[in-house]
Amino acid sequence: MLGEAIIKGMAVTAKNFFGSYVSKERLPTVQYPEERLVPKENARQFPFLVYDGDDWEKGLRCVSCQICEKECPPKCIYIIKSKDKKPDYKGQAQFYPARFDIDISVCMSCGICAEVCPFESIKMDTEFELSTGDRFGGLLLPKEKLAKSNEHYRKVHPTDAAASDAVLAAEIAKAEAKAKAAAEAKVKADAEKKPA
Amino acid sequence: MVESLDQLFVNLKHWALGFLPEALQPLVSAVLSIVPLVAVFGGLFAIVTIFERKGLGRIQNRYGPNRVGIPFTDIRLAGFGQFIPDGIKALIKEDVVPRAADKVVHFLAPVVLLIPVLLTYAVLPIGRNMTVVDFDAGVLFFFSVGAAVEISVFMAGWSSRNKYSLLGAMRGIAQMISYEIPLILSAVTVIMLVGSLKTSDIVAAQAGFTAGLPNWFVLTPWGFAGFVMFLIAALAESNRAPFDLPEAESELIAGYFTEYSGFKFALFFLGEYLGMFAIIGLGITLFLGGWHAPFPFLTWVPSYVWFMTKLLAIVFFFIWVRGTLPRLRMDQLMSFAWKFMIPMALINLVVAAVWHFMAGTGAARWVVCALLIAGPYVLLGRGLMENKHLGKRTYRFAD
Ligand code: SF4
Ligand code: SF4
Repeated sequence: MLGEAIIKGMAVTAKNFFGSYVSKERLPTVQYPEERLVPKENARQFPFLVYDGDDWEKGLRCVSCQICEKECPPKCIYIIKSKDKKPDYKGQAQFYPARFDIDISVCMSCGICAEVCPFESIKMDTEFELSTGDRFGGLLLPKEKLAKSNEHYRKVHPTDAAASDAVLAAEIAKAEAKAKAAAEAKVKADAEKKPA
Repeated sequence: MVESLDQLFVNLKHWALGFLPEALQPLVSAVLSIVPLVAVFGGLFAIVTIFERKGLGRIQNRYGPNRVGIPFTDIRLAGFGQFIPDGIKALIKEDVVPRAADKVVHFLAPVVLLIPVLLTYAVLPIGRNMTVVDFDAGVLFFFSVGAAVEISVFMAGWSSRNKYSLLGAMRGIAQMISYEIPLILSAVTVIMLVGSLKTSDIVAAQAGFTAGLPNWFVLTPWGFAGFVMFLIAALAESNRAPFDLPEAESELIAGYFTEYSGFKFALFFLGEYLGMFAIIGLGITLFLGGWHAPFPFLTWVPSYVWFMTKLLAIVFFFIWVRGTLPRLRMDQLMSFAWKFMIPMALINLVVAAVWHFMAGTGAARWVVCALLIAGPYVLLGRGLMENKHLGKRTYRFAD
């Protein structure tokens, strides 16, 4: 009969209305500043630069290869390569960024920079409360603000950080094996040289 | 004591008028009636917008506004202070007028909306002896002045030079004109039986109680049918969901007031809500016994409290309907008005006459009148649903 479905619908909404006052499950809203959800592991906001050890300047993994700068779709990364070199985590001399800026007012959180970086250097952070009164300068993050420790990375993305640690450990092991082989070859060569 | 509380505002006004010279009295009397009315209903508008947002929120399992309370303090009042920042925001916004718009008409439209809406309040009996002007053609005045709202809708839509606005205005006018007919026809039953267009006479005709129940018209077969039709038509007249096609946000942005911003937008918003309160007020006067108490033991509660309680109850019902029903399509809206509402309203006129002439037959007239309404209702409802192929939708290509 005409109007039957309307009454059924009204009953549903009435149930929702009164139900929301008695059962908490009906209200999935999280009242943000007071209540917070634990961030999900695969959440990502803006990129940061990983460093090892205690000194961010010394431990910065970035070698200033500028791949991320070229790949970033909205072109919000700005890098100036250093003139001199500093040793990286393997002790190899590498360039480092004299300047590394990301304009997070332009960044679209795509995560491409983190994917293309061959040096496990740039990763995505989960920090989202970044509002500032300074519209231009406040959102242009220089490298000292971007640098965050590997411990931080392990905390926000444990799985990814473990994978990245494994890659670096393999690199170091490879470098060590190579050094050892080179040293052995040198010893051998020296030994061969002697009788002559 | 009870008597004086009920007549508090009336006596207060007379007392204040006593201090003035004879010549000034009519003018000041009018001002003293109008200003509190505008203030009270303006305040009601502010509160109802919060109730609406909170109610819709709860219906959709959200909280709704619950932050803003008293400014500059931490008191939140469960969000009931929200209308203050809303109002400030509307007032300080830039007033943008489209370059191609007809400036004068564009400016006048919100004013033209608000004036007739405020005029309709003149004949509403808010409480015992509390009608601003209680003249003989009260109900007629209400409808004729209320019809002027359509001009404003068209002015706004036409002068904006915007296709959305024009479409909204076209829909608005088609809808308002169609629904004005069942609205008035359902009100006519009451006028027929009371024999007067004067609002205070209509309220007086519903005074007293029979067997513990009030003598309201809504508790008779024709009155119930009339009241339901009046409510449906009132929803359509005040452009509220499910009849909000003229301002359908998802299709027309805001319909005829798309091109309005700042204070003019607020005026449209205010006009719309005041129009809704006025038409609900008339519905209460016609069918719900006006300011009369629903039970004999509650007659000590002041009359204006009853009026406001009934008003708020129907406003909540409207919010509930808005939270439930989806928007109609234009053709559904029109066929509902012309194929169902108007025939039903005409039949209801006959039923009211039957009721009148069968007076004194006791239960018989109840049965006859109830059947006379239920029969056409079922048949017309079937006619409306026929050839509609209601049910699960099947798709030819996508599945
Ligand atoms: S997340 Fe995307 S947009 Fe942001 S810096 Fe990295 S590549 Fe650029
Ligand atoms: S962050 Fe990675 S990709 Fe970007 S310049 Fe540094 S090392 Fe290269």
